[in-house]
Amino acid sequence: MSEAVIHNGHHDHHDHKPYGIGRWLFSTNHKDIGTMYLVFALIMFFVGGAMAMVIRAELFQPGLQFVNPLFFNSMTTIHALVMIFGAVMPAGVGLANWMIPMMIGSPDMALPRLNNMSFWILPFAFTLLLSTFFMPGGAPAGGWTMYPPLVLQLGDGFPFLIFAIHFLGISSILGAINIIATVFNMRAPGMTFMKLPLFVWTWIITAFLLIATMPVLAGSVTMLLTDKFFGTSFFSAAGGGDPVMFQHVFWFFGHPEVYILILPAFGIVSQIIPAFARKPLFGYESMVYATASIAFLSFFVWAHHMFTVGMPLTGELFFMYATMSIAVPTGVKIFNWVATMWKGSMTFETPMLFAVSFVVLFSIGGFTGLMMGITPVDFQYHDTYFIVAHFHYVLVPGAIFALMAGVYFWLPKWTGHMYDERLGKIHFWLSAIFVNMLFFPQHFLGLAGMPRRIPDYNVQFTEWNMVSSIGGFAFGLSQLILVWVVIKCVRGGQKATDQVWEGAHGLEWTLPSPPPFHSFTTPPQVTDATAHS
Amino acid sequence: MFFKKLKECLTGITALWLMAWTGAVHAEWGLNLTRGVTPISHEVYDLHMLILWVVTIIGIGVFSVMFWSILHHRKSKGAVSAKFHHSTTAEIVWTIIPILILVGMAIPATKTLIKMEQTGDADMTIKVTGYQWKWKYDYMDDGLSFFSVLAQDSNDARQPGSNIDLNSIDHYLLDVDQPIVLPINKKIRILTTANDVIHAWWVPALGWKRDAIPGFINDNWIIIEEPGTYRGQCAELCGKDHGFMPIVVKAVPEEEYVAWVKKMKMAKAAAAASGDRDFSKDELMASGKELYSKNCAVCHMAEGQGIPGTFPALAGSAIATTPEGLPDHIDRILHGKNLMPPFGEQLSDADIAAVVTYERNAWGNDTGDVVQPKDIKAAR
Ligand SMILES: [Cu+2]
Repeated sequence: MSEAVIHNGHHDHHDHKPYGIGRWLFSTNHKDIGTMYLVFALIMFFVGGAMAMVIRAELFQPGLQFVNPLFFNSMTTIHALVMIFGAVMPAGVGLANWMIPMMIGSPDMALPRLNNMSFWILPFAFTLLLSTFFMPGGAPAGGWTMYPPLVLQLGDGFPFLIFAIHFLGISSILGAINIIATVFNMRAPGMTFMKLPLFVWTWIITAFLLIATMPVLAGSVTMLLTDKFFGTSFFSAAGGGDPVMFQHVFWFFGHPEVYILILPAFGIVSQIIPAFARKPLFGYESMVYATASIAFLSFFVWAHHMFTVGMPLTGELFFMYATMSIAVPTGVKIFNWVATMWKGSMTFETPMLFAVSFVVLFSIGGFTGLMMGITPVDFQYHDTYFIVAHFHYVLVPGAIFALMAGVYFWLPKWTGHMYDERLGKIHFWLSAIFVNMLFFPQHFLGLAGMPRRIPDYNVQFTEWNMVSSIGGFAFGLSQLILVWVVIKCVRGGQKATDQVWEGAHGLEWTLPSPPPFHSFTTPPQVTDATAHS
Repeated sequence: MFFKKLKECLTGITALWLMAWTGAVHAEWGLNLTRGVTPISHEVYDLHMLILWVVTIIGIGVFSVMFWSILHHRKSKGAVSAKFHHSTTAEIVWTIIPILILVGMAIPATKTLIKMEQTGDADMTIKVTGYQWKWKYDYMDDGLSFFSVLAQDSNDARQPGSNIDLNSIDHYLLDVDQPIVLPINKKIRILTTANDVIHAWWVPALGWKRDAIPGFINDNWIIIEEPGTYRGQCAELCGKDHGFMPIVVKAVPEEEYVAWVKKMKMAKAAAAASGDRDFSKDELMASGKELYSKNCAVCHMAEGQGIPGTFPALAGSAIATTPEGLPDHIDRILHGKNLMPPFGEQLSDADIAAVVTYERNAWGNDTGDVVQPKDIKAAR
């Protein structure tokens, strides 16, 4: 596969390292683009986090203290869009950009210019989206799920919302095409598919999910656009349409989207646990098959997000059984991680701490997910704080903890310096304690009858909301430590070795820390000894 | 056990802070789903507890193994890593066992779901219609129909800067002006639909929630087994005041229900009769002010200033201040336009006359216009 090297030779600007602002604006380098994705994701994490703080401040006690109900709805709506499309997804793509070429032994991504474009679409998309705050009618306030007819009541911001979604979709599709092209064409000699590190595997599957579902989202929001401006009535019963059809189409995208957020997290954790257990990943093959089955099944469970719309009995039963079946491959993954730790020789540096807490806390989210898969009981859980607790467990101590684990794991490789382990551990413990204080009480609130997306509530819900808010503020503040750790590590610190971690194996750890601008200029020969385990 | 432990833990740590901060003694610490008062809600509760225990036990099992490993298989304790990375037997076992557990849970869930869909043979039918932001109830068999909105004391207290002590209000945000009264021990079919956007009708004690979708009708059923007052809320985001459209169900013995229907019908007839006369401007302004704050202020705001870009202002607007605007003004209220819902069927002629008079004379709209019920009747 020396074609990879020849291919690289086509771009003559690759021959010298660019500098200044142009290095970033016109970058075609996978590491620089990866860095930009990660920095962008971190900024958006704080933007979305600030909105979460507004929400938790308003909900700290009953009564309206800080914002009016419409602005509160904008906060929940934009918080979700920013966190999903601005923080978690770009962070995953950033890690993919940095690590996939190094893990498969290639010099760069297969399509470097496309890579530049898929990143630079993001700041424009979010400028469009966030500019709606300054428009008559305000920012979108109908929920990130954009259900009609409510979303059609939005003022001047409506077309900006739709086009922002279109841009985000294009960015994701281009990124996904690039990842697939890279992994299929640029693997080093001997790097067969079943030798790929699990992080690469989870990203290939994620990329296919993106390509399959993003056009569906684009189609559904385009139908909203024509309903609003061009007199169609796809989703209006008065014109022969059906508002519930939007929900079917949206969740056909939305459920795979959940796995788009979580599969790369599975991949990261599958790299970290073996490294710190100093033991090969248990059941590599079943991990690959489990990931693929989860992705496949994700196309058949969408309606569990909308059991209460009133479906025929057979439909409800089908989606209940399909949803429950996802517990099987997910369980396999959890058991495999535990089996990897079993009889290992473990140490608990910050990446491992985040990875282990991911396994436990993601499972709590998985358990509540299973509970909500039981249709008759979901009729009670649906649209309450119980589901708010569920998806935040899956996404915060789930996806985001795994992303943080990945950042700590690879930061020494990227910068050439060890991060401050003491600060990292403080960051971990504060995050782990307060994330539970933030989200665990929300299970109780939901079961006790508090609906989601309300700015004010009956006094009976006061206590748990206060606990949750305090946890939220503390969790938010704790994240500043991460910023400090990263800045400190970029600026200096103890020199990192090539392998960085005693138990780390794989091609990326054979490169110097920091790695050269073009990762592998001559393809390495992969043997069983240098493969993932 | 897991939930309980965590609850005790969290309660301990936080109770102290909270006491200090709020001085509140109304600590309720609600934790679990209600068992409810219908046969279905009991089954749903039992299913909930079953699956909660199942996942709790699995969780404790798996994570005990993991934490045992974390404590013992550490490098610092001299553990040397084993080399195994595969075991077909183990992988088959932990695929088959979860499948069996899932089948065990799917069977009772299927049975309950089938029961929930048996909406036939109902003794009576209620149609619930969601509006932004109130509920309308139609008693299909008794010919009764009314709107139910957030109670006035809650509505006053929820305004930003009201400074009203929320603990002094009965059932803050969970009380309405006119509860829906239902007989106990009768099979009641509940149809849900909506007029503008999607809402969801949810009273936890009845065991389910169901979306109310404009243009479509969903059905469900309940048999309330215990008299009492059961409270709930709209559960599907429906715009600005989604959090302020509660549901109150009063379940009473049948005789009491029959008496209530009779009383409601007599009151309605009396109101219709009294609306046929002319009113003084002061009478119209007084009742107009009350009706405005209940029906109109959610969008056009307390001082008629509206919300720029979303809801137009009435104060100083052409429609509410010029003579040419008057017919449009009445028409808009009767029939609605764009986001403005039609009020023709929910307000009487006298009510609309009062609202129009109020809007044309309040907040500096000093037109001096007095509109009478007969004017509204003529415009219908
Ligand atoms: Cu509603």
